[in-house]
Amino acid sequence: MAAVLLVAPGSRKASNLQANLRSADRRELVASHGPRLTKYVPGSGRWARFRRFHRRHVSDTSGVHRDLCAEKPFIATCVALALRSPADSQLFSHPADTGDRWTPAMAESSLESSNMSCNSSRLMYPSRNHTHSSMPLSKQSYSVLSAFCSEGNIAQCISYINQEMSSLGFPALCNELDSGGDLKAVSVLNNMYELLQLHRRSLRALEELETEQLKSASHLEHLKLCNSRLKEQLEQSRRESTGLCERERQLQMKVKSLQNCLKNEKEEVQKLQNIISSRASQYNHDMKRKEREFSKLKERLNQLLIDKKDKRLAIEVLNYVGRSDGKRSLWKTGKTEARNEGEMYQTLLNDYESRQKELLVENAELKKVLQQMKKEMVSILSPRKHSQKGETIDDSLDLPGSENEEEVCDSSRETLELSCEHAREQLTNSIRQQWRRLKNHMEKLDNQASLVQNGSLGDNEVISRKSHEETVEKLKLEIQQCKDFIQTQQQLWQQQLSCPCDDETAALLNDCYMLEEKERLKEEWRLFDEQKKNFEKERRNFTEAAIRLGHERKAFEEDRAMWLKHQFLNMTPFLDRNKSQSALKSPEASEVTVAPESQYHNAFSTPKAAPAKIPSTADLYRTLRLLPDHGSPRSQPKNGNWQDSDVILSRDVSAKSGFLGAADCSIYSLVGTESSPN
Amino acid sequence: MNFSEVFKHTNQLCRVSPDGKYLATCVQYRLVVRDVSSLQILHLYTCLDQVTCMEWSSDSQFILCAMYKRALVQVWSLEQPDWHCKIDEGSAGLVSSRWSPDGRHILNTTEFHLRVTVWSLCSKSVSYIKYPKACQKGLDFSRDGRYVALAERRDCKDHVSVFVCDDWQLLRHFETDTQDLAGVEWSPNGCVLAVWDTCLEYRVLLYSLDGRLLSTYSAYEWCLGIKSIAWSASSQFLAIGSYDEKVRILNHITWKKLIEFEHPATVSNSKAVVYKEMERRHVGGCDDLTLHHQITLGGSLFNTQSKYEICPLPVQIPVVKPDSDRANPKVGISSMAFSVDSRYLATKNDNMPSCVWVWDIQRLRLLAVLEQTAPVRCFQWDPRRPRLALCTGSSKLYIWSPAGCISVPVPVEGSFPVQSLSWHSSGQALILLSKEHLCLCYLETEAERGDVASS
Repeated sequence: MAAVLLVAPGSRKASNLQANLRSADRRELVASHGPRLTKYVPGSGRWARFRRFHRRHVSDTSGVHRDLCAEKPFIATCVALALRSPADSQLFSHPADTGDRWTPAMAESSLESSNMSCNSSRLMYPSRNHTHSSMPLSKQSYSVLSAFCSEGNIAQCISYINQEMSSLGFPALCNELDSGGDLKAVSVLNNMYELLQLHRRSLRALEELETEQLKSASHLEHLKLCNSRLKEQLEQSRRESTGLCERERQLQMKVKSLQNCLKNEKEEVQKLQNIISSRASQYNHDMKRKEREFSKLKERLNQLLIDKKDKRLAIEVLNYVGRSDGKRSLWKTGKTEARNEGEMYQTLLNDYESRQKELLVENAELKKVLQQMKKEMVSILSPRKHSQKGETIDDSLDLPGSENEEEVCDSSRETLELSCEHAREQLTNSIRQQWRRLKNHMEKLDNQASLVQNGSLGDNEVISRKSHEETVEKLKLEIQQCKDFIQTQQQLWQQQLSCPCDDETAALLNDCYMLEEKERLKEEWRLFDEQKKNFEKERRNFTEAAIRLGHERKAFEEDRAMWLKHQFLNMTPFLDRNKSQSALKSPEASEVTVAPESQYHNAFSTPKAAPAKIPSTADLYRTLRLLPDHGSPRSQPKNGNWQDSDVILSRDVSAKSGFLGAADCSIYSLVGTESSPN
Repeated sequence: MNFSEVFKHTNQLCRVSPDGKYLATCVQYRLVVRDVSSLQILHLYTCLDQVTCMEWSSDSQFILCAMYKRALVQVWSLEQPDWHCKIDEGSAGLVSSRWSPDGRHILNTTEFHLRVTVWSLCSKSVSYIKYPKACQKGLDFSRDGRYVALAERRDCKDHVSVFVCDDWQLLRHFETDTQDLAGVEWSPNGCVLAVWDTCLEYRVLLYSLDGRLLSTYSAYEWCLGIKSIAWSASSQFLAIGSYDEKVRILNHITWKKLIEFEHPATVSNSKAVVYKEMERRHVGGCDDLTLHHQITLGGSLFNTQSKYEICPLPVQIPVVKPDSDRANPKVGISSMAFSVDSRYLATKNDNMPSCVWVWDIQRLRLLAVLEQTAPVRCFQWDPRRPRLALCTGSSKLYIWSPAGCISVPVPVEGSFPVQSLSWHSSGQALILLSKEHLCLCYLETEAERGDVASS
């Protein structure tokens, strides 16, 4: 419908042209250009709007067109749409704002074109379209143009053109009112310009469209090619499928035939089996018959032989010999029969007895082995159990059982000879139990072993070993490195030595050697120094000891002098008695605790303090004529050394010499000897 | 190892007396009795015709010579050379003749197995046993000589009769559950009787002396079944050799299968030793021929040397494909023998004719395979020691013992293809038989060996 609408003006115009020009070929042109006209319609700005609308619409409407729109140039679709169906063509006639405006316009234009109605803005475009569409027509008919206008019909031409123009929506070329009036140059020019523009635009559009056409044509070509190829493929696959179907059919036929064969074979087998069985039975039957005949014949022959009284059938013996056992043969009687029976049973009995004996022996041996095994198992398993009593639940559970087993063991041994059913059961049960336990144990061990092998067990030994190995490895590496280092050094040395060197380097080398020497000497020097130091130290010690000795001697002399003085002064015993008695108590009590400590600290000072009292006691003893042995050994070491040692000295020579030796040796040893009596 | 000179014989008739003192041989219609130690001829008897069967009585007093063609049996006494006895079966014919264990009765089987005639040398009495069955081994004396089991066929059914040998009284008579009984054999202790069915059915039935069925054993169905049977000397094992190339051993308590010995074409058992006989032809150079030739010209010129080599496993054993569309196909275990101490079992599989298999019964496994260059003709265990002698029809004697294997060429002028052999009861000598000659082979005894070692 849209197409009709669109073409309508064209056709109308064509009819006008027809009327005016009466040219057959022109008509043809129109006819040929008719469809093109419709195509040109969208060239204008309104077309853009239409496109926009159409797009929108298409997006709204069914997906049938969507792909078409997307793929193909729009114009083609438009045309296609226009040509397709009324429903589709309504798109043009019934849409919203633009279409609304447009369709009536179209109608108007179609109507008004005949009436030469005024140019409205609304009519503008469609009419322009028409003019535009007619452009190629005019172009074509250029040659005719000369015939169109001549000197004589200018006015007519003008009016005609004017009319045409106005009908096409252009401003009038001349004033309508004065029909034969002049042309309005401006409007003519404008129109001209407009027409030219239109023309150019249309040309462009034409070009575009042509390229589009080409493109689409090539596309079409391509699609056709594709199509044909696909068709070929389809054909081929069809052929293949038919081939396969054929093969399948053949195979199925084969299968069927084979199945039939199988069936036949089975039947054949069945038949043959039947035949065989029937033949076998027949054969057996015949055999029996023949055998019967045979036996009958035998019987007959036997009879004949006996009846014939064969003279040859005889035995010629010079004289009968005795039996090998020397006995005479016995008559066959019931008695001999019974005897034979008895003997037979005797033999059988003997055989069974011997066999039973063998079995008994074997059984006993097996039992022995079983017992032994059990015992060994118990002995193997029990220590482990004791050590790991609380370790596993299984073991603890088994414990009562094992106790039972001990009993069983004994009881079974008792009943071994009897081979009592009950005992046997118990024995086997206990063996089984033990065996299970052993197996468990073995499995456990196995697991452990596997764990150890896997290295997942956190065993100390393993780790230590590993670390050991690692360290060994490391050390080896180090050694290797060191060796390498040494080697390289040696090599360097060699190089150094081997390479020709000047004096300086020689000197340096010499220096190097000297350095070594120096180093050695230094070492020696150091050793020497050390020794020297040691010697010094010793010497100092000696001197110190000597000084100390000197001091001591001095102190001793002093003490002695003091003592002598005291003695000299206390010649009278009466005065001394009270003093000594009190002194006897007091120093004893105090010095028992104090003296040992003070001995070391003031080894030289104590003698100074002590003489004031102690000589008095000693003197007291002496004066009292008491035995010095009782008191002195105890008091002596507590009270002091030198004056007491003197006391000892006077009595015991050997002790004195010991003391002296000690004093000579060194201060340390002296202290040692001093402490030893304590 | 010493060899005697060669004597003639016919029909492989050459027997040593049970006491081991005499050697009887038949040459055509003559019977020669020699002293075993000196090989001096002691007696020479002349029979009426060529002898087809000869047998010593159990007490070594009498010799039975049967002439089947003429249905005649002649008996000779060793103590009284002029004593003679002639039994004529007449028109009934004769197919088999044998001594009873007491040595005073002779059992003759007539033609067509019509009957068994029992002739006595002590009295005039003659007994007949009817319906004997013609089969592989229809008659068997127990080892102690007290009973005899006889297979019978009556009313198309198999029966076994047990007689007391003393007075030929029927002790037991029972029907056996067999299709077609093939043989009966007493266990060495005389208490169990093994009865086996024809080769079409694999079935062994074990009967007690008193006729009770102890057990039935059947390994498989449909295929060809039992080919041979052997009791161990201790009566403890019963070996059954069958057409499926296997030996099955039953035990004497449950009579169930103890083990199954296969005879594979490829020996890959790592514990078995395969002794392979390697022949070495005498191929000397020209110079060798000049001197050596003259020396050895004597007899061993055409003889080949052979020795055993231990083959590294696995070993492929030559197999002869049997002709399947002929009766009695050459496949399966045809002969078996237990050693005297029941420790070893020697077997021969017919489609591996050049091999003898030795099995250890104590460990129930293959012990050794002796692969010969020629098909084995005969093998026999030493009656005293566990050693096995075999021959292959070549002029060599082969002896296996647990210690090893040796091959000894028979040092006889010309060739001496040993067809069969038999041990002297003392185990100190072997009688080797070729087609027409015989030769004694004396084995070193321990005492002699000791002497040799000391000197």
